[in-house]
Parts: sequence; C-alpha cells; structure tokens
Amino acid sequence: MKKIIVPLGPDHPLFEEPEFFILHCDGENVVDVEWQAGYNHRGIEKISETKHWDQVTFLVERICGICSNSHPVAYANAVENLLGIDIPERAKYIRTIISEMERLHSHLLWAGLAGHFLGYNTVFMWVWKYREPLLDMMEMLTGNRNNYSMIKIGGVRRDINDEQIKALRKTLDTLKTQNEMLTKVVLDDPVLQARLVNVGVLTKKDIKDYGAVGPVARASGVDIDVRRDNPYAAYSFIDWKVITRENGDVFDKAVVRLLECFESIKIIQQCLDRIENKKGEILNEVKEIPPGEGIGRHEALRGEVFHYVRSDGTSSPIRHKIRAPSYVNVPTFKKSCIGQTISDVAIILAGVDPCYCCTERVSVYDANTRKKKNVTWTEIVRKSQEKTKKLKKS
Amino acid sequence: MNIKTRALKKSLWVYHLSTGSCNNCDIEILDCLSPRFDIERFGMVLVGSPKHADVLLITGIVTKKNLERVKEVYHETPKPCFVVAVGTCACSGNMFRSGYNMAGPLKNVIPVDVFIPGCPPGPAAIISAVVKLLNKLK
Amino acid sequence: MKLNVLLKENLGNMVKKFEEPADKRIYITIDRNNLLKCAEIIFKNLDARYVIASGIHNENNFEMLYHFSFDKDGVIVSLRVYLDKEKPEVESLVSLIPGIEYIERETWEFFGIKFLNNPNLKHFLLPEDWPEGDYPVRKK
Ligand code: SF4
Repeated sequence: MKKIIVPLGPDHPLFEEPEFFILHCDGENVVDVEWQAGYNHRGIEKISETKHWDQVTFLVERICGICSNSHPVAYANAVENLLGIDIPERAKYIRTIISEMERLHSHLLWAGLAGHFLGYNTVFMWVWKYREPLLDMMEMLTGNRNNYSMIKIGGVRRDINDEQIKALRKTLDTLKTQNEMLTKVVLDDPVLQARLVNVGVLTKKDIKDYGAVGPVARASGVDIDVRRDNPYAAYSFIDWKVITRENGDVFDKAVVRLLECFESIKIIQQCLDRIENKKGEILNEVKEIPPGEGIGRHEALRGEVFHYVRSDGTSSPIRHKIRAPSYVNVPTFKKSCIGQTISDVAIILAGVDPCYCCTERVSVYDANTRKKKNVTWTEIVRKSQEKTKKLKKS
Repeated sequence: MNIKTRALKKSLWVYHLSTGSCNNCDIEILDCLSPRFDIERFGMVLVGSPKHADVLLITGIVTKKNLERVKEVYHETPKPCFVVAVGTCACSGNMFRSGYNMAGPLKNVIPVDVFIPGCPPGPAAIISAVVKLLNKLK
Repeated sequence: MKLNVLLKENLGNMVKKFEEPADKRIYITIDRNNLLKCAEIIFKNLDARYVIASGIHNENNFEMLYHFSFDKDGVIVSLRVYLDKEKPEVESLVSLIPGIEYIERETWEFFGIKFLNNPNLKHFLLPEDWPEGDYPVRKK
C-alpha cells in the first residue's frame, strides 16, 4: 500500500504548526488517530542556549504568535524564581493587563474560527471585526499589533499613561456589549447546540491521563488555574473567578472561553483603577543571574505554560525547557475523536484551540476497501459545513 | 504583455502556506480578509489549493521536514505565479537562522518575487506589497 | 498535613535529597531504579497532575526531571534522576501516564536517552531520515 503525501491544505491560524494527523476510519467513523508533528519545529530550546538572558524574552515571544505575551511572562517568572526577587507593584498590574488583553483577543479569534468551521461565516466576520479595536489598543500600548515585547526580567519595558487608560476603558466597554450579544447568540442557537453538545467529550480521567490544562480541563470540571493556584503578577490582589463546566464537550469549551472573556474585562478594569493617576517604578534592574534553577508558570489562553531554566552563572541559560499548553492538550484527540464521525473531527480538533498551522491534510484510511484516501482540510471543513446545513433544514 | 500575465493581473488568487512560522504572520494574512481590511475589494481571494493560486504567500523559516512540501507546492502552482515571502522569517530566517532544523531561508529553496520584512508585517503592509506587485505588471 | 511532610512520609527512604530552593518549588532526587515507584505514589496516590519531563545534558551525566503539579497547594514537585553518561537509560512511564509518550520520544531524539518499555520510540519532531547518533540538543 502506497501512502501518498499531498502536502498542504488551506491555512488557518487556529493552527500554529503544520501538523499531520492520520485518521483510521471505518466508513464515516474514526477508529484511530495518529499524530505526527515537527513540521514547525525550530529548535528554540537549543537556540535559547546561545542567547543572552535578556534576548531570550524576544525569542520566546516568537514561539507562538497568539501567546506572544504568555511565554515571556512564564520565562520571566522562571528567572525571577531562580533569582528569588519580586517585581514592582505597577509592573505587576501592567503584566496582568497585557496578559488579559491577549486572552480576550485570542478567545475571540477562536470563536470566529470555530464559527467558520461550522459554516457560520457571519460569526467569523463579526468576531474578527470586534477583535480589531483590541489590536489597535495593543498597538497603542506596546507599539506593535502582535509580538508586544512588554516583558523584561524584573518588570516591564514600558509604562502605561492616563490617556491610554482612558482609551482602553472605552474600548472595553464597547467590547463588553458586543461580547454579551455574541454569547447569547452562541448559547441559544439550536443548530449550534445540535452540532456541539455531546461532541468530543473528555472525561475527568482523560484529562488526568493526558495532563490537559486550561479551558479544555476546566470544561470537563477539572478546576485548575495557575492564576489562582500559584498566583503571580497582580492576580492575587484582584477579585475574579475561575469558570468551570461539567460536560467536557465542545459546547462547554466554547462556553468557558466566552465567559472567561467577561472575567478578563473585569480584571483589566480593576487593574486600570489601581494604576490610574499614580506613578511608580516599573523595573527592578537585574544585573547578574547566579547559578541555580527556576520554574515559572503562567496561565495562558490555552492553559498552563511551563518554563524551566537552569543557569551556571554565565550570560545565557544552559538549559531552557518550554512546555506549551497544546503539547498536552493535543494528544487528547486520541480520546475525543475516536468514535466520532469525520464531519465532527474539524470542530473537535478546533475545540481544544490547538496551536499549529493548518498546512495540513488528514489521510483517511478506509477500513473496508483497505485503501488510503487523502482528504484535504478543505474537504473536512466542507463536510462539517454541510452537516450544519442539513441540520438547519430539518 | 502576453496573454498569460494579462489574465493573471485581473484578479489575484492567493494561497497561504506556513513553513514553520510563529503564527503571527499567518494571522495578519487572515486579518486581511476581515471586514476592516477586506482584500476582496481588489479581487483577491484566499483559495484552498495551490492548483488554483496565482500568488503564494509564504511565511516562516522552511524547516527540514517542510522542505519537500514547499517545493511540491511551488511545483503544483500553475506558472506564471508569484511568490511572496511574508515576514522576516521567510525573508532571512530571523532569530532562528542558527537553529539545527532550518533548511531555508525561502529564497534558497524557490525563487521569490517579493519580500515583505517585518515581524509581523501588518495587514496594510501585506496589501500594499501585493498592490505594488500588480502595478508593476501593468 | 503540609505537602513536604506528606511527600517525605510517602516516599520514605527512596528520597536521596530533598530541596526547597524557593517557595512552592520542591526538587526530590531519587535513584533511577525507584522512578516508577515514586512516580506512581505521586501521580496515583497523591493525585498530582503530570506537567512535563525535561532532559538535561550535564558534563558528567544526564539528568531527567519529571515535573508534577499539586494544584490545590500550587506546588511544583520535580523528581530528579541521574543517568549514566555512556549509556543513558531509564524506565518509561507510559504505562502510568499515557500522555508522557510524546515527551519521551522527543527526549530520546534530542538527547539519545533511551526509555525502556516505551512501545513507540520513534522520531516525533525531527524528520524520519535524521542521522542516527546525532542528538541536536546535546552539548557539543
Ligand atoms: S517574521 Fe516574526 S511574526 Fe512572522 S513568523 Fe517570523 S517570528 Fe513570527
């Protein structure tokens, strides 16, 4: 049997790395899944060993475009853990603000793409329109729409002034009403319910076995959140709550993400209250990194980011281990895809908000004719969209 | 101007390919589709297969595992076509240049017509690059 | 009971060294033959969450760190084992934690550390035709 490699499908930024899934199917049903990765492997852990401690923040920013604030925060936490230092209070609030803005824009981005996969292109267009003002705010605060470079070991790189705070407040208020509308649309739509409820269910045991984190775990009733469990930045000074749901299907994952957006808005507003009309230090200068090891964590949009650094007293790390949340979230496909139909695979894969570029196609193995067919991602998405159409009619 | 280029410049269909990027460039490309930037007003459409494409928008440092795929996509695209390297990664390799899994930069793998530096280049920069390309054809 | 007391009690004399360099960070050095037993106690009995494992190439040996998280206390516990320089081998934890398969494959191809009884030890991130014996993340 010859396997044909048809390299690419259409692209979606929902997918960080070009990846390769092999689905073994019996008719329409998926019986097994294989995962091959590495198309996007750039060897960042090794490159990090050749960079200066300060340069590494820029490097880790470029691990993932959407989490381009999460990795630097986790890295700075790790180095600060090694040093045993604390950062100034104002810097803590600024870190929190940027982290939560990132969460907002990423959750919205996910909602749009999930809508696209289900054939709701209206949702896609809407949500991406709502997201734009957020990116403008980011540009105003940090100087770039993505890759913000706000974090520095010992604090932050730039301050936020009162004018910016005012503009940010206004944007958040409009976003809140828009998000309320969006949440209602998603929760009440019967077709969406039919497509998402009880699809791709993950139980508590699956979550434990694969170590899944973030909204994926919280949708299955596993109540974990680094922001609360091991607080860093300003999260312990602020009043907010962790959102959990019990069913573990794609619908619950969507609900968790949408409700988290409201929490994020709440967090940012409180942070703004505390730093408005005040001045303060934003950086604790760090001169030297002594030998030792440190672990830093951050609750990114997709779950816990974990960084481990080891120093021998020289100017660059001798080991830097990075674990992105998708590394543990993606393998849960093994549990959630099996037994589902091919048309549901797209949304299940999207449900965990995986982190790889979809230059991908899935090879479908037909167990009856014992022949391998190659199906592109377009086809899978099209199948998914057709199913929604059928449901709409009935 | 021969008939092929004349037909080509009417409505460019673009195909987007990531070869080991950090995703930001890819999001900015997708952002061009969103209501604010809306590249469809120039007749550009993002298509799902290189076989339909006139322009390849390529992001990322070409990783070793991706090398063959890039060549194959280029091979599958009907000629004449344009290759646009989006982002510093595709232009020069950015900070990943020294990595052990790097097979690029892109210009060593396939011929590139346009380079858009920036990390990431904004949607406005991407659109203006493609429009410049169009004008040059005229 | 405090977590560090609990850990010491449960692991008993398998603990070779117990370090708490910072608040909420615990490193426990154990013998590599006891790895499966210790991991089982931490993962199953004490109900920790598996986070990740990291390999390290030192001058005289290899080192594996298995990180577990106790989310109720917000503590990260890292099990540390040292491996032989010439023939780095350690027991695989796949039978205990299914999700650990990928990081073991990755560590194998990056450092050449062999995981005994991992049924699927083949290339994951690097291309299939990566030269054998070339481990990119090892120190040169
Ligand atoms: S150029 Fe910058 S933004 Fe674009 S893929 Fe490379 S690192 Fe990411």
